[in-house]
This record gives sequence, C-alpha cells and structure tokens, in this order.
Amino acid sequence: MSETVAVPAQMAATAAAGEASSAGPVVSATDLTRRYGEGDTAVDALRGVSLDVPKGQLTAVMGPSGSGKSTLMHILAGLDKPTSGEVAIDGTAISKLNDSDLTKLRRRHIGFIFQFFNLLPMLTAEENILLPLSIAGAKPDRPWVDELLDRIGLADRRTHRPAELSGGQQQRVAIGRALVSKPTIVFADEPTGNLDSTTSGEILEVMRSSVDSYGQTTVMVTHDARAAAIADRILFLDDGLIVKELGRSDAHEVISVLEDIAAR
Amino acid sequence: MIKVALKGLAGRKLRASLSAFAIILGVAMVSGTFVLTDTMNGAFDSIITQSYKNADVVVSGKTAFDTDSNGNTVQPPSFPESVLAKIKALPDVNAAAGSLTDDKTKLVGRDGKVVAKGGAPNLAFSVDPGGDQRFNPLEVTAGTWPEGPNQVAIDSGTASKQHYAVGDTIGIQSRGPVQTFHVAGIVKLPGVSIGGATMSVFDIPTAQKLFHRAGKLDVIRVQAKSGVSTPQLLAEIKPLLPATVQATDVAAQVKKDKKSVSFTSFIKYFLLAFAGIALFVGSFVIANTLSITIAQRVREFATLRTLGATRRQILKAVVIEAFVVGALGSVVGLFLGLGLAKGLNALFKVIGFDLPTAGTIFATRTIIVSLLVGIVITLVASLRPALRATRVPPIAAVREGATLPPGRFARLMPILALITLALGILLLGYGVLGHGLSTANRLVSLGFGVVLLFFGVSSNAARLVRPLASILGWPATRIGGAAGVLARDNTMRNTKRTASTASALMIGLALVTFVAILGQGIRTSFESAVDQLLKGNYALTATDTFTPLAVSAENQLAKAPNLTTISGVRAGSARIYGSTDNLTGADKNLAKVIHLDWKEGSTAVPAQLGMDGAFVDHKFAKKHHLTLGSPIKVTTPSNHTFTVHVKGVFKLPNGGSPFGSVTISNALFDKNYPSPENEMVFVNVRGGITDANTRILDQQVKGFADAKIQTSAQFKKNFERPINKILILLYVLLLLSVIVSLFGIVNTLVLTVFERTREIGMLRAVGMTRRQTRSMIRHESIVTALIGGVLGMAVGVFLALLVTHALSSEGIVFAVPWTSLVIFVVATILVGVLASIFPARRAARLNVLEALQYE
Ligand SMILES: Nc1ncnc2c1ncn2[C@@H]1O[C@H](COP(=O)(O)OP(=O)(O)O)[C@@H](O)[C@H]1O
Ligand SMILES: [Mg+2]
Repeated sequence: MSETVAVPAQMAATAAAGEASSAGPVVSATDLTRRYGEGDTAVDALRGVSLDVPKGQLTAVMGPSGSGKSTLMHILAGLDKPTSGEVAIDGTAISKLNDSDLTKLRRRHIGFIFQFFNLLPMLTAEENILLPLSIAGAKPDRPWVDELLDRIGLADRRTHRPAELSGGQQQRVAIGRALVSKPTIVFADEPTGNLDSTTSGEILEVMRSSVDSYGQTTVMVTHDARAAAIADRILFLDDGLIVKELGRSDAHEVISVLEDIAAR
Repeated sequence: MIKVALKGLAGRKLRASLSAFAIILGVAMVSGTFVLTDTMNGAFDSIITQSYKNADVVVSGKTAFDTDSNGNTVQPPSFPESVLAKIKALPDVNAAAGSLTDDKTKLVGRDGKVVAKGGAPNLAFSVDPGGDQRFNPLEVTAGTWPEGPNQVAIDSGTASKQHYAVGDTIGIQSRGPVQTFHVAGIVKLPGVSIGGATMSVFDIPTAQKLFHRAGKLDVIRVQAKSGVSTPQLLAEIKPLLPATVQATDVAAQVKKDKKSVSFTSFIKYFLLAFAGIALFVGSFVIANTLSITIAQRVREFATLRTLGATRRQILKAVVIEAFVVGALGSVVGLFLGLGLAKGLNALFKVIGFDLPTAGTIFATRTIIVSLLVGIVITLVASLRPALRATRVPPIAAVREGATLPPGRFARLMPILALITLALGILLLGYGVLGHGLSTANRLVSLGFGVVLLFFGVSSNAARLVRPLASILGWPATRIGGAAGVLARDNTMRNTKRTASTASALMIGLALVTFVAILGQGIRTSFESAVDQLLKGNYALTATDTFTPLAVSAENQLAKAPNLTTISGVRAGSARIYGSTDNLTGADKNLAKVIHLDWKEGSTAVPAQLGMDGAFVDHKFAKKHHLTLGSPIKVTTPSNHTFTVHVKGVFKLPNGGSPFGSVTISNALFDKNYPSPENEMVFVNVRGGITDANTRILDQQVKGFADAKIQTSAQFKKNFERPINKILILLYVLLLLSVIVSLFGIVNTLVLTVFERTREIGMLRAVGMTRRQTRSMIRHESIVTALIGGVLGMAVGVFLALLVTHALSSEGIVFAVPWTSLVIFVVATILVGVLASIFPARRAARLNVLEALQYE
C-alpha cells in the first residue's frame, strides 16, 4: 500500500527537482551525530543521520519523544552544530560559517515556525509578519504580502496584537512570518503541538497549500500522525537514527509504523 | 529594527520608566544645581550692576587684599569727604555723589535679636535724600528716603517678614548698643530678592555717625559728561586723590565684584559632586535593571536572531532602548531640576545660608549638560547588559527556560572582582598613607580608590549574599512566618541580582556612615580641645557664636559688678608671609581664661606682648622657622604694615584654638584696625557659673542685640552646631543617592514579581493570602536593603578608619557614633519597606487564574 502512495510523491519530487534544474537538494546532511554532555552522562541524540531534502516538498520527521527530531531539525537549520557530520544548505556547507555569515544565510534561506509561536507581543500581526524583512532592511513586496495575508486568512486581523489572537491565528502569523521572505526552506518544529485538533487541521492545510501553491520546501517535525499525513515524504527517527522512510501516507499507515518502532 | 526596539519599549512602559527613575534624580540634581547657582549668580550680577548704575568711575579706598581669610570681601578704608568737592569741580564731571556702606550695622527684629541670621550680610548704606538719585540702585516702595538723625529706611523683605511699616520704630545695632530709629521708608532692589540679607539706609550724616566715620566717605560714584571717555575721566580724577584712594573704571569694578561672589561656583561644584554620586548609584541601578529585563527577554532576542537579526542589530536595539530611556529620564530630570533648585535653596535656608535670588535662570548649558550626562551614563551602564544580549544564541528561541549565557569573560569575573577590590584598597591606602604626594595626586588616588572599592565590593558581594541573608533574614523568618522564610530564600535565589540591587544602597550608606564617623571625629577632637583650653566661666559671643562682635559689647560687659576677669579675643585678617591669614588679638588677662601649652615662652607671654610682640602656634612656627625673637611682617586690609616679634610659641591642640596664625596684643590690634571686633570674650566671675551670675551678665549686655552670654558648656555645644548643620546638609544630599537605590530595589522587585507571576499564582492557589504575599515581598525587600546597608556601613567604617588615620595629625580621631549607626539601620529597614510597597501591591493583586496561565 505504501508504494502506491509513494509514486505520486516521487513524481512531485522529480517535478520540483526539474524546476530547480541542476540545483540538487535544498538541504543535505551527511553522517550527523550530536552528543549532549560528556562522560557517563553523555546522551547521543543523533548517531549518524544522512538525508536530502528535495526542493518543493513537504518532508515530515516523525518518531517517539526523545528520538532526536528536534535535535536534527536544529542542526539542519544551523541553530545547533553537529558533533560530527556536515550540513549543506543550498549547496553551502554551514559548519565553517561564522556567526554573521550564518545570520545572512538565515535571512536568505530559512524560515522558522515554532511550537510556541514566538511572536513579539508588542508588534501587530502584520508587523510580526514583516519582521524578517525589516530586520534584513528589505522593502516588502506589497502584492505578495497581501496575498500571503489572504492565504493565511488574516487579512482582517492585520492590526491585531498577538494577545488579541487565538492560538491558531497566532500560528498563522508565524507561518506568514516564515513565508514572507520566500525562504529556500521552512523549518517547523511541532507547529501544531500547542493547538487543539480542529485548529491543527487548519494550520496543516495552510502549510500544505504553501507547498502546493508556491513550491515552498518545508521540513516539519511532528509526532502527530495526522500532521505527517499531509507530507510528501516521512522520515522516521528512533534513538538518533533514521529507521524508516515513507512517501505520501495516510494516518493509519503512519501509526502502524510508529507502533512497529515502539515495539522494537 | 529601531522600530522594533521602540515598540518593545512602548510595550514595556512600566519597566522602561522604572529604569528611567534611576537617572531622573541624578540629572535633576545636575540641572537643579545649575539652575540654582545660575540664579544666584544672576541675582548677584544684577545687584552688582545695579549698584553702579549710571556711574562711569568709582572712587574708593585702597585695600591690601580684596577678600579676607574667610573669603569675605574686605571693607575698604574710608577717605575724607573733601575729595567729593574736588571731583565735582572737574569740568568733565556730569554728576558725582558720595556714600557710605557698612556691613556691621544691623537691623534688630521685634524679638530683640538681629534680623539677619546665619552669616547673611547686614547691608547698610547712606543716601542723600535731597540729591538726585541717579546712582541710587534702591527704589522706595513706601514712605520716603530717611532724613535726619533717627530715620532709617529698611528693605521690603524685613518689613514684611518682621511686620514693620512706615512710621514704626526699629532697633539698629551698630558700633554701640541698640539705638531706636523711625522707619521713614521701605526700599528694595528692583527685580532681586536679597535672601536672608537685610538693608538699612540712612542719610549721610547719620551714617557717618553710626558707622564711626565722621567726615568720611566710602565710595564716590562719578558720571562723565557725554562725549567724555572713561579713561579721560579717570585721568582727570586720579591726580586729585590721596595715596590711599583709588579710582576705577566701573566696568572693571563690576568685573572684580562679580569675581568676589565666586563662592557660588564652590557651591556649584559641591552640589555637582552629590549629583555625581547620585548618577553613579543610578548607573548601578540602570545596569542592574537592564540586566534583569534582558535576562527576561532571552527568548525574544533569540527569536529575532532566528529571523535573521545580527548581533549588531541586537546590540543596537538594546542601546536604542537605553538611549530612549536615558533621554526620557534626562528630560524629566532636567525639568524636575527646576523644582529641585527651589528645594536646594530651601535646604540652604534651613541651615542658615539664605542667598539672594532673582528670576530663575534656565541656561542652554544646563539643558545640554543635563541631557548629555543623563544619556551618556545610561548608555555606558547599558553597555554590559547589551553585550550580553548579543550573546543569546538563536537556539534559545526553542529551548524552554533558556537563560542568559554567561559573558565572554565570565570565568575571569571572580578573579577580576578580587583584583578590583584589591586595587581599590591599594589606591586608597596609597592615597591616605603615601608619603610626599601632591594634593592633586592624593585626591586622584583616593577618588579612583573609592570608585574601585565600590565596584570591587559590589562585584564580590554575590558571595556574601547567602551568609548575610541567612543572618539578616532571621528576623524576617521569625516575624513573617512562612512568608518570611520564602522571602529570605528568595533573596538567595539569584545571588548576583540581590548583590547588585543591594550594592546601589551600599554606596549611599557607605558615604553616610563615613560622613557620620568623620563628623563625630571632628566633634570629639573639638570637644577635647575646648576642654583643654577653656578655663573661663562664661563667653560673650555673637548670637550665632561665630560672627565677630563690636568691642563696645566687651566694654559694656566689663562694667558688670560680679566680674573678676574679662579677656577679649580680637579677630581680623592680615597679609602674612604673602598670604591672607587670620590675625588675632589677645588681652593681658588671657592666661586666666585660656590655658595654653607653651612650647616657648610661658603663661606670662600674653601679658607681655606690648606693641611689638606676638605669639604663634607650633605649626605656624615650624612652617616659617620661627623662634623667639623672629620678626613677622603684618599688613592689614587697609594697607598698614607693621612688624612684630615672636615672644611665645604654644602647642596647637588637635581640635584647634580660638587663635589665628599670629596673635598680637589687643592694644596693637586696635591701633591698626579701624573698627576692631572680638570673635569671643571670656570672663570669670565671683562665685563661678551660677544662675544669678548669668542673669547679671545677661542684663549687662542686654543693649546688644547681636550678643549672647554663654556658659562654657553652652559655648562648647553651640560651637558644634555648624558641624551638625553641615552633617545635616551632607545627609540630605546623600539621601538623594539613597532614594535612587531605593528605586533600584523597587525595580528589582517589580521585575521579580513579573518573573515569578506563575509561582506567585501557585502560592496563592495553595492558600497564601494577599497579606502573606505582600509580607513576603516586603521581607525580601527588607533583607535586600539590609544586605546593602550592612555592606555600606562596613565600607563606610573602613573608609573612615583610613581617613581619620590620615587626618590624625590634624587632630581628627576615629570615633563611632553608635546612635547614628542604629538610626541608619532603622533607615535601611525603612528603605526596604518603602521600596516594597508598590511591588508588593502588584504581587498581591495578581489574579490567581491568569497568573497560573502566565507565560
Ligand atoms: N540541550 C540538551 N542537553 C542535553 N540533552 C538534550 C538536549 N536537548 C535534547 N537532549 C536529549 O537528546 C535527546 C533527543 O532530544 P530531542 O531532539 O529534543 O528529541 P525529540 O525532539 O525527538 O523529542 C533526548 O534524549 C534529550 O533528552
Ligand atoms: Mg522535540
């Protein structure tokens, strides 16, 4: 059954790769390990992970709690450094970049969506969305911003402050903020982890549509099978290793894989 | 990014204004000082310019020096009035008028005492009621100019304060006992309030009689005919003048007079020093407040970093915030300074320093300096917290409870702190004990030493917080119960934060303690000096114990029936060895009322001074290599020069003596000083100090409104008054810094309450009452304050030990004023209680449900 779903996903990936011509994967990681602490108490959060994130796809990373999902995402996004291994974003190896080059790379290539939204409370929804542009000193592309506001369903809430928005609306602001600079890749860590299931569904729809409409390459960490079901590709992590990979799958398939992993 | 910073600031108005408070008071002190001293200067300038209005040339007696050893202007010698007629006769003179001035003719109030108090000048002038008043700066507001032997015009301030009107009688005290005059008019200087000074105006013959200057004048003001230049006029006048009289261009005279009020610049620097202390304390508070707010915003900075903000941008955002806070605080402080200037003036009035005022002067310099100082200090204080904010890594955006990463030199900090402390102590030690240092080097080394000491203590204080809190927090745990225990433990939670909050208070208390101990040392050494010197039963002094008193009062007292000895100590200024110094006169009976320790000569010396003898103290003798027989050349203010020979050298007690550097006989003194005065007169009476004797002496000098009979014990006590007044002045000025540090505690507590919202909600949910919540915050505040207080007192005692040791040769001993220290502890607790009011109320008001959900 998994094969039938995997085919269209692979086709989509190929199509995206075709658009990007010879660019190759947007993010590629080789032999990542990450050890927290030293000596007896050391924890190996990652124990050798290699992966490519193809352009224009929504990749989900799944796995039980503590399996290293967040660690992997942080390293892919350049927020954290691997103990060994290398990450390349848009062809640039990031391990040797200094702080300011990394910052510039973030501006151009990376968008974040956090579990706890991380909006600035004193800014309005629109100001929060435009924040990456103003930080980079770039002029907003008005039609694009308006379209984005429409797309995330906040056109009539643009002047509201986070405190005046629901959790789902806040997360939409965060999505808008991640997309506004049309980054090469968006990372989302448990974007629905702090939301109820209805709201989660809406958020997932927005994320999916950004991939479909704009070809927005996205990596999403989640432990919610429903969330994983919107992905083009699902990586399963356990104890710091990728133990399985699926193409487009429905929630049941995802759950059964998770159960398999848990049973091991 | 600037917008983000500003919006952030607007979103945290309370927190922002809390940090602004730290700078407001210091800046207000800077601006208030400038406003006050500019206004004083303006008033003096206006008085000076007005007093030469319409004049081109002034003629006055020559003085050997312009200001005496106490910084007061020397009264020039008077000259014959015949000079006026000669000047008037000059063809180029349009108008000339002569007048007299005197500073020893005093208005007596309804209570029988001199109206002007605390050293405020008693100004007396003559006026020519029939003449034209073109040179007269005064303006009659009621009645007329005085005319005839018992008429006076008085200043409007005295008239209204003492309720005198035209037609009333008023007492005038000049060279002799009080005389009664009729108030003919009320006068004032237009546009100026003369402060605590008083003015009395008489016609010329009356003034000549009253001031003992028959046939003489003090000043002639001359106006040139139009078209005649001042130098030309001067050239015409000069040949007419006797050798002891000079003519001066008014412009030059005005300049010179303005210089004579340069004590306002002393006041300025004195007050600015306290502004500096308040700003120094403020910078501690700002740095601490900012550190806390930045620690609370780690997540925000990290998020900005993930969105592409560079470290520079974070730095910029924090610095812009600090700039805005500094600018707002400075603007508020600038205007608050206008009010503070009034407060300072009132403070000076209370300690008896009532200076003239005119329209408030708010100079551009005041605005620029105040704003600049406030902003720069805020920026400097924000630098360290801002740099730490740049070290927040982007990943902190996704970590629960991420804390501020340690600074780059975190590991070196404990060592640096110890080095700072050691360096401070070394510099202080060097400044105090170092041999052969110039005063400037000594002061620089002491200044830097103190600053480093404060930094050193504050940066090591974190280590002392735990032990101090467990001792000082003990009463809190007894009184406050569970809330008290939590309060004490809360102070130990973030020892660095508690330490820096307490450090701000430590600085103020260290200085207050230092001042108290030094004051006590001076008092103690003075008391021992009086005990050692004074043998007489009574002393006759001015009512304020310090201003010199006309000799006629002594002459009157000498007639008292119960008197056995009377001995006046004359005082004046003279030029001796090239500098203006105190010259005193002694009576032949001196040995019966004053005990001196003679190193050379004997107790017979005072009686043997004659018309060419002098005695000096051992320090002066050593400085100028004087031995018995050495000649000393003395020049009086009115330019008489004479030579005296050393007949005795006494050992100067540590606490000082009533004598100047050189003491001559009263007979010689009176011969050379036109209106001799006693600084004090000592008497012995039959039967010693008794109520009956006191009454007789009082009765004897009743006619002298400015004189007072004191027993030797009262004399000692009254002499300490100025020390106490200065202490009060210093305490009040240091209070400013203590208030700044109080705001520091408020800031920390408010921020802490923000931070512990969830925890307080939890405590409330499990049954803590509002009262207990308030008590918890209050006790935390008190314990923090006490840590600062105890550290401060320890530092103050240490500084006082050093300084009293250095000044031991000047006779200042180390004496601990225990009562004051107890008061300081109580005051510290009060600071804690006051600081807690607002934060405690906020904590108690938290809505339990919202608090639990607070993120
Ligand atoms: N900052 C850290 N310090 C120490 N251990 C950590 C840290 N972050 C994560 N870990 C450990 O690494 C492992 C993987 O964590 P994480 O990547 O957060 O897993 P997941 O996101 O899949 O739940 C866990 O065992 C976790 O305890
Ligand atoms: Mg995780």
